[in-house]
Amino acid sequence: MSRAVINMPARAKRGQVIEIKTLVGHPMETGFRRTSVGAPIPRDIITQFACTYNGTEIFRADFYPAVSANPLFTFTTVATETGTLEFKWSGDNNFVFTESATITVD
Amino acid sequence: MKTSRRNFLAAAGGVGFALTLPPARATRATMQDAIRKVVGDAPLRPGKVRLDVPPLIDNGNAVALSVSVESAMTQVDHVKAIHVFTEKNPQPNVLSVYLGPRAGRAGFTTRVRLADTQTVIAIAQLNDGSVWLDSKDVVVTIAACLEEIG
Repeated sequence: MSRAVINMPARAKRGQVIEIKTLVGHPMETGFRRTSVGAPIPRDIITQFACTYNGTEIFRADFYPAVSANPLFTFTTVATETGTLEFKWSGDNNFVFTESATITVD
Repeated sequence: MKTSRRNFLAAAGGVGFALTLPPARATRATMQDAIRKVVGDAPLRPGKVRLDVPPLIDNGNAVALSVSVESAMTQVDHVKAIHVFTEKNPQPNVLSVYLGPRAGRAGFTTRVRLADTQTVIAIAQLNDGSVWLDSKDVVVTIAACLEEIG
């Protein structure tokens, strides 16, 4: 099973721009590599990352094989209300992983 | 035709070469095609976008890459999408990011693989339909993607 690390402030002022750092464990096998006997290694990557804030999608990214193993992704959002941010990674071989974090806005 | 030793060896060598060719690489033309597929016919203008990537890269397997775009990120004036392309990776697309006014700032940081010394391009699509770009030339000493594993 995979593992993800989310780093973001637990409290923020309303309207403040907060930075969210995400890291998920995944080999991101490109599909372009071969074993020493020449057999191609099938592609196994995360193809999509999405972040929702209290159910509304605020950020989405499409990944291609050029994204490094264990994708690290840092982005920003405006702290609008107290609630939950859900992070979802999905990809090849039915890979789905979700993580959530809460924020208190005052 | 009688197969001479020379012909046979040339043919056999050709087969061996074909089998060991690395996967097809993107070229400037395929990168342009990939860009056109994403942004359509909109003219690309340099400016507004800032692509940060180190000019000299020791290890192409994990290269810190960040893109930021000058934008107020309001409902009437914001960045809709940011795309990153490379010239010589096996596939020209690196990643596409979709955002909106709720992002607050237009930008992101991630880590990418670079297969060769090449040009990296970041493209931003704004909500008014304009498209902006920035490009950086990078030198890669250890390439990603093409190594064998046991």
